[in-house]
Amino acid sequence: MNNFQQERCLICGQFITAVVGWGWIFSMETEHVICEACEGKLERIEGETCKICGRSFEALANTFRIGEICNDCCRWEEDLQWQGLLEKNFSLFHYNDFLKEVIAKFKYRGDYILAKVFSDEIKSRLGNMEADLFIPIPLSEERLYERGFNQAEALLLEAGFAPVKMLTRVHSEKQSKKSRTERIHLPQVFQLIPAPQLQGRKVILVDDIYTTGSTLRHAAKLLKEAGAFSVNSLTIAR
Amino acid sequence: MRFLVNSNHLLPERCLSGNSSRISQIPIIPQPLLNYKFPFNPKLQLLLAGKQILLDDIPFPFDEIQSHYENGYITYRKGIEYQGKLPVCVRCGNKDPQQFGSFMCARCGEQCLYCRHCIMMGRISECTPLIGWNGSEPVTEVPDKIMGWSGTLSKGQQEASDLVVEAILQNKEWLIWAVCGAGKTEVLFAGIEAALSAKKRICIATPRTDVVLELFPRLKAAFPAIDIAALYGGSEDRHVYAPLTIATTHQLLRFYHAFDAIILDEVDAFPYTVEESLQYAAIQARKPVSAMIYLTATPNQKWQRECRSGQRNFTTIPARFHRHSLPVPQFKWCGNWQKLLYKDKLPPNVIQWVKSRLDSGKQALLFFPHIPMMEKALAILRPLTPNIEAVHAEDPERKEKVQKMRSKELKLLLTTTILERGVTFPNIDVAVIGAEDIIFTESALVQIAGRAGRSKDYPDGVVTFFHYGKTEEMLKARRQILMMNREGFKVGLLDRESFKKEGRI
Repeated sequence: MNNFQQERCLICGQFITAVVGWGWIFSMETEHVICEACEGKLERIEGETCKICGRSFEALANTFRIGEICNDCCRWEEDLQWQGLLEKNFSLFHYNDFLKEVIAKFKYRGDYILAKVFSDEIKSRLGNMEADLFIPIPLSEERLYERGFNQAEALLLEAGFAPVKMLTRVHSEKQSKKSRTERIHLPQVFQLIPAPQLQGRKVILVDDIYTTGSTLRHAAKLLKEAGAFSVNSLTIAR
Repeated sequence: MRFLVNSNHLLPERCLSGNSSRISQIPIIPQPLLNYKFPFNPKLQLLLAGKQILLDDIPFPFDEIQSHYENGYITYRKGIEYQGKLPVCVRCGNKDPQQFGSFMCARCGEQCLYCRHCIMMGRISECTPLIGWNGSEPVTEVPDKIMGWSGTLSKGQQEASDLVVEAILQNKEWLIWAVCGAGKTEVLFAGIEAALSAKKRICIATPRTDVVLELFPRLKAAFPAIDIAALYGGSEDRHVYAPLTIATTHQLLRFYHAFDAIILDEVDAFPYTVEESLQYAAIQARKPVSAMIYLTATPNQKWQRECRSGQRNFTTIPARFHRHSLPVPQFKWCGNWQKLLYKDKLPPNVIQWVKSRLDSGKQALLFFPHIPMMEKALAILRPLTPNIEAVHAEDPERKEKVQKMRSKELKLLLTTTILERGVTFPNIDVAVIGAEDIIFTESALVQIAGRAGRSKDYPDGVVTFFHYGKTEEMLKARRQILMMNREGFKVGLLDRESFKKEGRI
């Protein structure tokens, strides 16, 4: 920590006013990288969630859930081809307008440092999960050159985890420009770099946003077929 | 990306090998001589003349860009430079170490430093070249009749207008210090006409998008046959080449040695640090030999001093076009108003002031230093009238509320300093509650006072500063207004009755 220069919020650039007291002096309090105002605009996903995709049930009408699982996940699980591939997804925050802006600046504008905003949260979440391998969802070579870095890899690295780059991606149109059905009925976009260490391992996939779950399930399918014991996932937004 | 340094030019290298470098590490970037026989692409010329943009912004194949570079038509410049060990962003001038980040870059294969300050215009990093144009400028046709505006100027406007023409034609720097409501835009028309007919490229830069949007149709009407580019965040004209450009100050970052004349509006509108980076942008955007016109109603202390001591060329327009003097603020002590607000009360003289506006039916604008206090005051005043609202910078209904005030649906509008400039309501009185707060600088207070009496049908307006102890800034603001009124009278821009009535409070 730099005691002479006041830290600025990574998101809004305002100075962060540290509450200076005895507790601050004697404790090893974690460094704040964003201000309270911005922290307040990030809505944590809490309370009851879908047992598979981690979506919050709070703002969801009852007609969209079947027991402990949401309708979307039911549709996935009814399909034998996709059943049980993704054990469980954890998402940290609601994908509200504020987070949308932060993620857009992070991945489209390429403000790499914003990965640090989520580091503490990712650290504590992944720390609680049993896992052997952390695999970021890859970008195609073209997209990687365009952006300069892979956002999922950045999230892992900044949180102090070693990403295992076992997957590659075939170049295709941007996900965000496709509809749900288009996404689901896509041919496999990922390829696996032959990896003997995958056998019987517990894998955690990392991505920035969970939208339809199609990306994660396609990756999970490939990993399971190659011998992974289980596949869970973590995303920033849902 | 990485480059190999050849004897007289750079060669791009896509697959990473050992002996290539990032552009920031190449000490001097060779610039090939202009090959006049090379058939350059006029579309690239239109896109790049006077610009500094990124490869990602150029919709042409890289090979074509490289061959223009090798033939001397395109320049490659470093995006990040080092002053000693400290990085500087060449595009926006950022030097604050906290405003840089770095990442393992897929384009250069190294840890790559980038500027966070101007990242919204595309990321500039150590391996990013800024692309510019080194060939001739595009030729623009000038019609015989340039200006379609035929209004008349007041005497004060006419003098300033003549000086703008002279400054533009002789590449001088000039400050136009014009009071709020003097009619600044019309003062520019003759200068713009002179610049265009001399085939100069000219730009009007202003801090706010609202002003670009408001000015564009007025300029279009005044110069009907001239191509005008309007640039702001998200505008369509981003890469349009035009002899006349109107842009937000921020958009100047995409220009390099582009303009023969820049008119910089409201130089004082931002805190100093922001102003510094915008000044940097303006200096980058103008040609080394060019004119610079500064427009403001409230120059800062430093500039005022420079004006008084003769170090800065300037002209004042000390009076409004309607020949009535500027309303002079009255100071009214209102005690510890913050303490009263905590008890859900307002000072009696403030209540009195508001009531008398409501009785006479005159609209009023009330300025507050901070949002929470304004919200409290809103709750206290609401029982007096239902036609009252409060507005601040992040208010999603900001536009609607200002519109309601314009259409007279509202009687009272409470506001923070966001409405201090740019807005015109024809017939209003203005009050500041807590004028001693540090947020109310001399220039803020002069601008606030300048909201009253702007229309020629209602040239009078009451301006009251309620305070808990006069500040130097309040006194300076009043002094500045009185000085302008005196000067306006002296040079014959004010009517005698008006000066008698207002000028000597």
